[in-house]
Amino acid sequence: MRTTAAAAATMADSGSGDIAVTGNRDLAAGESGSDAKNTTAEQGTTLLKTMEINVAEAEKRTGKNAVNMLETYTVYLIETRPVDTVSEGISPTPDSLWRRYSEFEILRNYLLVTYPFVVVPPLPEKRAEFVWHKLSADNMDPDFVERRRVGLENFLLRVASHTALSNDKIFFTFLTEENGWKEIVFETGFQAKADSRLKALNATFRVKNPDKRFAEMKHYGDELQSVISQLLRVRARVADRLYGVYKVHGNYGRVFSEWSAIEKEMGDGLQSAGHHMDAYAASVDDILEEEEHYADQLKEYLFYMDSLKAVCRKHELTQFELEMAAQDLSSKKQQREELATGTVRTFSLKGMTSKLFGQETPEQREAKMKVLEEQIQEGEEEVKEKNSECDEFVNNAWCDIERFKDQKDHDLKEALISYAIMQISMCKKGIQVWSNAKECFNKM
Amino acid sequence: MKLRKEGGGIMSGSATEPAVLPPSPAQIVPTDLSEQMLELDDDDDLEVFSKDVTVTDGGAFSTSDQISPCSLLNQYGFEEEEGDSNVKDIFVTVDNPESHVTTIETFITYRVLTKTTRSEFDASEYEVRRRYQDFLWLRGRLEEAHPTLIVHPLPEKFVVKGMVERFSDDFIETRKRALHRFLNHVAEHPILSCSEDLKVFLTAQAWELTSHKKQGPGFLSRMGETVRAVAASVRGVRNRPEQFNAMQEYVESFGQKISSLDKIAQRIVKEQKEYLEELRECGPTYTLWSGSEEELVEPLKGVASCLDRCCKEKEDQVRQLSEHLAPTLHEYALCADTLKAVLRRRDNIQAELEAKNDALATKKIDREAEPRERGVVWQSLLGRDPEEARQQKQHRLEGEIVELKEDIDKLEDRVEWANNALKGDWNRWQRSKRRDLRSAFVHMAEKNVDYYEKCLAVWESFLVSQRTEFGDGAERRLPSTS
Repeated sequence: MRTTAAAAATMADSGSGDIAVTGNRDLAAGESGSDAKNTTAEQGTTLLKTMEINVAEAEKRTGKNAVNMLETYTVYLIETRPVDTVSEGISPTPDSLWRRYSEFEILRNYLLVTYPFVVVPPLPEKRAEFVWHKLSADNMDPDFVERRRVGLENFLLRVASHTALSNDKIFFTFLTEENGWKEIVFETGFQAKADSRLKALNATFRVKNPDKRFAEMKHYGDELQSVISQLLRVRARVADRLYGVYKVHGNYGRVFSEWSAIEKEMGDGLQSAGHHMDAYAASVDDILEEEEHYADQLKEYLFYMDSLKAVCRKHELTQFELEMAAQDLSSKKQQREELATGTVRTFSLKGMTSKLFGQETPEQREAKMKVLEEQIQEGEEEVKEKNSECDEFVNNAWCDIERFKDQKDHDLKEALISYAIMQISMCKKGIQVWSNAKECFNKM
Repeated sequence: MKLRKEGGGIMSGSATEPAVLPPSPAQIVPTDLSEQMLELDDDDDLEVFSKDVTVTDGGAFSTSDQISPCSLLNQYGFEEEEGDSNVKDIFVTVDNPESHVTTIETFITYRVLTKTTRSEFDASEYEVRRRYQDFLWLRGRLEEAHPTLIVHPLPEKFVVKGMVERFSDDFIETRKRALHRFLNHVAEHPILSCSEDLKVFLTAQAWELTSHKKQGPGFLSRMGETVRAVAASVRGVRNRPEQFNAMQEYVESFGQKISSLDKIAQRIVKEQKEYLEELRECGPTYTLWSGSEEELVEPLKGVASCLDRCCKEKEDQVRQLSEHLAPTLHEYALCADTLKAVLRRRDNIQAELEAKNDALATKKIDREAEPRERGVVWQSLLGRDPEEARQQKQHRLEGEIVELKEDIDKLEDRVEWANNALKGDWNRWQRSKRRDLRSAFVHMAEKNVDYYEKCLAVWESFLVSQRTEFGDGAERRLPSTS
């Protein structure tokens, strides 16, 4: 899906980069605005300012997979071209390479792990969901493949227009080096750095003082996912019904034509009216195809919510780790105090055993104290580190979240406007067909 | 068929209709098949016209169908232009359904209002209440009296499929409108509108109507009719005139097509209703969404409101479809059945004539035949003089032949009358059909355009509101560097 401004302008997809660049200029401009607020971010340049990116084609391939079985899959052609040449009017052949969906997934997972404070753009859905009866849920269906191609391009453009993400070397290599990219990305060891689900869940439940804003954001993410899912389901049912209404009118065409054969005076009017009924029935295909674009725009933000929630969870995790470190430090300090004063304020097995089996020797105690002091020092450093990590994360993440919020508001508003435009177009077509039909009926 | 001629004494033409010009070629409205079928020109018309005058003059009973003053004048005025609505002098409406509860049953009555300037009516306005059974009776009577005229169908007794409740509002409304159309078609018909039964139906009080219903051909004579009709249809007709064959073919095809269209129209109504049901969920979902948003509240609520208004328009559109197009198509599907019955009845009359002709031929042969040996022997066995017996037999035969010839004369008139009535009414029906169906389809197209126009306005106003907003927003948002 093209970014928003372009989508509103034309519903027809075009592979030209010009539109993409324009669309993304809006984003880029917005970002540079928000980046100016963020003192720690790098310079506000994005890859998209220097490079034009297209996902131009899709192709079917057959090959052997990891378990040596033959499989059919689709690959997508990524074309890149320096921006300067385009604006100068020279159009050299773009560099290009082929990638399949799974490679996009790897790229995205890498970005998620490497930039946990960024609301990472989503990929188009893996399987067709929220389908209505006409659209096949088959991944090989040409319509599905086409919409996926658009979605993948959109993903790349979004990444390329993000200040942090677009400067990533792995991303650049993804766009430029077909072979060996996988090895390079796995070498970063990003898979190991990923937080385990369990760890994250644990943190969510046990964190004591998370930043309220993130909790609200997470809640918002849940709400939006729920309401957009509902909207997509309703839309699919409505589309199904609308299809039925239009198609039944095609029967009029057929019967009018047959009927006109036995009528003398009414024949002509009937015959021509029948043609219009056929046209009406056929028009629904285009209408629903346009609506799929709209659904895709909604889906993008549905999937975006996962990224948003992930950022919030990451905050909870860092905050939790900070709290754990602080708690650890304070318990160590307390142990030190107990050791120093000889009082046991808290129950501990050691205390019990020493009570039962006699006190420690002064030498033992001193050794212990030393260890504790070391630990406390380490602990304090760790807390300091975690604190600054946490702060940094909060700042970066919140900054990106604000950027994301603006983007979302802008994009969704454009989507709603484009939805209205679609409805208007549908109404205009309807008026035309039925006005024509009325003329024909008048001649009956 | 010995129908007592109702209104038989009223031959003085006190009709208020304007004099009908003999149809000239220019006035004959060309209709579909009529061009081929109907070679009516002035001479034919006049000839038949004058022949009938002698038959019905003086109020003599005849086997031809009843003729009343206005029908006499209007009879061959079928070719009048459709602008005869200008001279419409009787207006009927059916409305105001009400439920009546008695100990035995519950039924609905409808108010029937009549406004007329016709002189046969004592007053100029009448208001009565009638139930569906009364309409059934009326139509039955009209068909009996005019077997080869095309009487508009009534709505069916009870729709089994579609689970329509007998007393549901929708059902009653639909039936009421159909009854209204039925009466209007009858009132517009040059012959049927002069029926005495119609007059009683429109004007009589309930008890008067009940007693009037009891008159008319009794059970036995109706039985007789039915038996003869069955016999005739079993016999079949031998030499059906080509134009009636053409009519038959047309009616078969037309019936099929209209039934298809009827089904299609009903299916569309069903699909639209299901679409509407789903669409109703959209608006509330957008409203729900707006609850979680800040910047997007306005556009979301805007979309929700647009969708809600579109739902209203869709409701309207569907109602129009079910109130106008669907019932009209259904009626003309029923018309096809009526037409088939009319053609059958015409055939039966002709078959009767053919049978009588056959009988006559047989008797003539008998008369010419030599008396057979065996017959003579038999007679002499019975003790009768062969010569006397033969003379008696001849005498009897002659009598039968004369009677047959009289019958055949009357039947020939009847057949001719029936054929002409049907031919004329066919043209009238074709015009009426064309008018009704065209108007129904045009109406549907209009309402559909209406629906889309209203929805268009809704969405355009939303767009305007958003664009101005967005326009400002864009200026605010984008920094001057770009």
